[in-house]
Amino acid sequence: MDFDLMFTSLPKLLGATLVTLKLLSASLFFGLIVGLLFAILRLKKNIFINKFAYGYSYLFRGTPLLVQIFIIYFGLGQIEYLRSTFLWVILKEPYWCAIIAFTLNTGAYTSEILRSAFQTIKPGIVEAGKSLGISNKIIFYKIQIPIAIRQSLPAYGNEIILMMKGTSLASTVTLMDLTGVAKYIISTTFKPIEVFIVAGGIYLFMTFIIHNVIKFLEKKYSFNN
Amino acid sequence: MNIFKKTILKVLVFLFVVGNAYADKIKIGTEGAYPPWNSKDAAGNLIGFEVELAQELCAIMKHDCTIVEQDWDGMIPALLMRKFDAIMAGMSITAERQKTITFSQGYADEVASLAVMKGSNLEGIDTPEGINLSLGGSDVKKALKTLTGALDGKTVCTQTGTIHQNFLDSGDVGNVNVRTYKTQDEVNLDLTSGRCDVALAAAVAFTDYADKSGKPVVLVGPTFSGGAFGNGVGVGIRQGGDDAIGKRDAKLLKDFNKAINTARKKGIISKLAIKHFGFDASM
Repeated sequence: MDFDLMFTSLPKLLGATLVTLKLLSASLFFGLIVGLLFAILRLKKNIFINKFAYGYSYLFRGTPLLVQIFIIYFGLGQIEYLRSTFLWVILKEPYWCAIIAFTLNTGAYTSEILRSAFQTIKPGIVEAGKSLGISNKIIFYKIQIPIAIRQSLPAYGNEIILMMKGTSLASTVTLMDLTGVAKYIISTTFKPIEVFIVAGGIYLFMTFIIHNVIKFLEKKYSFNN
Repeated sequence: MNIFKKTILKVLVFLFVVGNAYADKIKIGTEGAYPPWNSKDAAGNLIGFEVELAQELCAIMKHDCTIVEQDWDGMIPALLMRKFDAIMAGMSITAERQKTITFSQGYADEVASLAVMKGSNLEGIDTPEGINLSLGGSDVKKALKTLTGALDGKTVCTQTGTIHQNFLDSGDVGNVNVRTYKTQDEVNLDLTSGRCDVALAAAVAFTDYADKSGKPVVLVGPTFSGGAFGNGVGVGIRQGGDDAIGKRDAKLLKDFNKAINTARKKGIISKLAIKHFGFDASM
């Protein structure tokens, strides 16, 4: 065990953790918007809208994230027509390709989490609002959405942790995130165990933080106090 | 520790030693993704210069060999973890790698080169045809200065953990924007897509790709050798030691060196090199 290497690689890996956090926060932010949008579409009665939203979540939950990121990065890059459009400005950058892939992936899971949360809201709550003469719009924004968010916290916490680990795939499209820099250090020192232990420790620490923040929020917004 | 645990441990150690050290079968690791050095055919069988050379060398050594596939970025760690006994994967002999493993004498050598897509403004940079970084001198300095200017602000793509990456990281061509990939295939893909302004690899890796894909990939600038580019390609083997496994590794190194001598004298290496590279890359 080369403890020196573990110490000297720590600052480099911590620097790379910033890239990981950037990727994570950007994809969670966009993913939440996409997820909420598609969760609402799933609740629509219109069969085409409903099936479209279902198809999206089925597609992105049914294929590996690695395949998605490869198709978006290497796949789209091979289409000559696309390279002459303005889309190429975004797709040319590995950073944006990774964020698009992560957003679409986490968006699909988030839409399912939120949809099931909406469906667990007791009809009585909505009816109580209606009988008080509150408009449908306000019931949706002020009653249904807050309850749905509270209901989905535990599942969404899991999704954040899964996504955090998923960002390690960014290294496959040349991004120097935590895993990318770990691999780079290994390529010059040939000592995978030491470097991956440190990188794994950083991932574990991030999970620890996320887990506790979610737990705190769950407690804070619990219905019981 | 009780006697029961001790016995199990002894049996495991015995199995490990017998299973690895005394098996006469030698496993050779290769990447299978760096044509024409080593690659795979449509059916997934390993082919290429080094696959055929490995078979020839094993025949000379009278060893029973199997060739196994290993991703490039885990090649040296896998050797150290005894997943196989020797590396033949277009791996150049460099001082950096020699800190961790040892190499047989070189069996082939060929130059590195930059490549761009036809029509790039890097085409026609004014440099000598080839530079040897070990020789140094004003020609080399001038060529590196020209390259530093030409590559300024450009995205240069290369495979992770290669001599090419080492060279780009060394600062000899200034602070270029280096992007690294797991395989040469991916470098080629991003060179053609336009994400890379220019790529660096073995010159034959580009010409082979241009031939097979029909894409307008062209070599630019000088060919590189020496310095960060190492001293030819050799068989990578674990450093020997005093225990049974270490002695076996030391013997394997001797065997390979002898076999390479024999193969060279018989013209086997030249013949295979001409077949796969189109020129005599043997050394």
